[in-house]
Amino acid sequence: MKVIRSMVLVSMDEASLEHGAEDVFHTFLEEIEEFGLSDQIAVSTIRDVGVREDVPLVIVYPDAAVYAPVKVEDVHLIVEEHLHKGNIVPNLLAMMHELVPEIAWMRSRRGALPVQKRIVLERAGVVDPRSIEDYILHDGFQALGKALTKMKPAEVIAEVEKSGLQGRGGAGFPTGRKWSFVASTPGDTKYVICNADESEPGTFKDRLIIEGDPFSIIEAMTIAGYAIGAHEGYIYIRGEYPLAYRRIEHAIQQAEAYGLLGDHIFGTDYSFHIHPHAGAGAYICGEETALIESLEGKRGMPRARPPYPTTYGLFGKPTLVNNVETLANVPPILRNGAVWYREVGSPKSTGTKVYTILGNVNFTGLIEVPMGITLREVIDIYGKGMKNGKKLKLVQTGGSSGTIAPASLQDTPMDFDSFRNAGVSLGSGALLVCDEDTCVVDLAKVILLFFRNECCGKCTPCRIGTLRLYEIMTQISEGKASLSDLDEMMKISEAMSEVSNCGLGQTASTALRDILKYFRAEVEAHITDHNCPVGVCPIAVHSPELVPVP
Amino acid sequence: MDQEVKDKELEIASIVEVAIQKHGATQDAVIPILSEINRALGYVPAAALPEIRRHINFSEKGVFLADSHLYSAVSFYEMLSLQPLGRHVIRFCESAPCHVMGGRQVIQALQDELGLKPGETSKDMHWSLLMTSCVGVCGVGPVFFVDDDLYGNVTPERVPEILAKYQ
Repeated sequence: MKVIRSMVLVSMDEASLEHGAEDVFHTFLEEIEEFGLSDQIAVSTIRDVGVREDVPLVIVYPDAAVYAPVKVEDVHLIVEEHLHKGNIVPNLLAMMHELVPEIAWMRSRRGALPVQKRIVLERAGVVDPRSIEDYILHDGFQALGKALTKMKPAEVIAEVEKSGLQGRGGAGFPTGRKWSFVASTPGDTKYVICNADESEPGTFKDRLIIEGDPFSIIEAMTIAGYAIGAHEGYIYIRGEYPLAYRRIEHAIQQAEAYGLLGDHIFGTDYSFHIHPHAGAGAYICGEETALIESLEGKRGMPRARPPYPTTYGLFGKPTLVNNVETLANVPPILRNGAVWYREVGSPKSTGTKVYTILGNVNFTGLIEVPMGITLREVIDIYGKGMKNGKKLKLVQTGGSSGTIAPASLQDTPMDFDSFRNAGVSLGSGALLVCDEDTCVVDLAKVILLFFRNECCGKCTPCRIGTLRLYEIMTQISEGKASLSDLDEMMKISEAMSEVSNCGLGQTASTALRDILKYFRAEVEAHITDHNCPVGVCPIAVHSPELVPVP
Repeated sequence: MDQEVKDKELEIASIVEVAIQKHGATQDAVIPILSEINRALGYVPAAALPEIRRHINFSEKGVFLADSHLYSAVSFYEMLSLQPLGRHVIRFCESAPCHVMGGRQVIQALQDELGLKPGETSKDMHWSLLMTSCVGVCGVGPVFFVDDDLYGNVTPERVPEILAKYQ
């Protein structure tokens, strides 16, 4: 496996490009190749470094050394001295007193390596997702073989617990503990369910894992089944993902043909069967008890808990429900050991996290990085900077049910603990980057509309709360609200979080509350001044062709 | 009963049978069966519900399935429809990522071009304009589907050209 130990970033903003940044970038690639370091050093670009003079700028992680200005003829020395021998080249370093705040932060990230590390997405895009042979060639089914032939179920659970793996569906519950709950519940019939009803707006990591590496989910579910004593599993894939469904269906057939799924797997006594299941369009079915109801052929409405699915799940039997990304972490943990896994990420949040970067950045897509990277690094290194050079206003993390992080939080390391302390949720890993042209009232309206539509209607606080919040926010956007409406919204929001039956109602107003916390003045301007400072809301726009989104 | 109604009922009965054969007559197959019927006919006609109930007998397992159970399921899920929809169904993503990337202008262009509001079907049954929650292709937002075809990075200017393909 490639072990990246260092990362080189070359600035690629317009000023840098004028001063030959492109040549510098390519020279780095060539020199690194020359020294035989290609497997150890990642080279990438960074936009928007905030300086216009003394560019291009080159940053070397993990030493956080900033070289500037770098000319093509300097590259050889940096590669030989710094990357090859490990000595920083002092006379090429940027003058510290000239470093503007936009790059001065990088020095504080000394020791960090914000480079992609692929555990979950290791094979996605590399193997042919339709070929089990290809999967096996890339270490596939090794973990299952090890578990079934060399480990007892309790040992498998112990290894997962030791790895520190936490659920990647949003809540971050320790995976090993969940497994041991189901394992210790008495019962002959138990189920494993893979939750692939990925509906959180801005999230598509599970789709890419299934489409790119379907066998890893089959393998992980079988391991989970062995660990908890289940012989049947379901993969609940949302109806909007037909390709993912076909890939899983095909993968199940192939695995059965190879004796790696079905009866007597690996020639042992253990048998496990997996049924693919397509949803029919309902966000709420991502909630595990709603998903179970839906699997039973009913409306996908969450159950009252307790009892939790670990004791009373599908058809009333003990059931393990795990998210796709969580399961995808299991085979590498068993293959390489919990100790290896713990070395990645931050001490309390181990492993990697898959993020989707979206919104007003130059590059949108999916990355898998160790826990603990900062928002600024994600935006600058992987998002390639803000689109059209606009300023960052806020990032919504974790989808529509997630929190709003204002620009001031962009240097907080992203792991479960640090984010929780800052009042930000990591959630599903969606990072919706919004620039200064985003009106927070308009954004809140879209988010609240989503929950109004997706509320299942079972419990009163959510059913009425989502509707009322949307109505009030619409009135604000039209300049028809009063300041007391803000208090009213806070009251509704608190009631919803406290007494709603499930996570949908409890989190539907998270973004709203953050908006009122960080951007209250902008909301109040709509009410008191009848003015939308950004110029998006209906009160600001008097032309008939821009009516509000329904 | 005239011939046309009879034919329609026979057609529904045979579609139900095919769907049940494919997914099995079990409780956990109810949603896939309904989806299959919806795919074949474009909606789930009320007449299909007693047909499904007759085929699936859960009583031995102590599970009783009523038409109202099936009706409540169909009415719950976004991808199932109780009403016939237009020949071409547009599903526009109205979630926050697409909105931030310019979705507001695109849905307006769609409404203007079709003369429909979200949720409406045109009188000639050619178009239905529906809204959908995030479909997981946010990397190329704003997006919408026309039937099974996905269009990404859509701008208001591209809307007429896309719709023209489905005239």
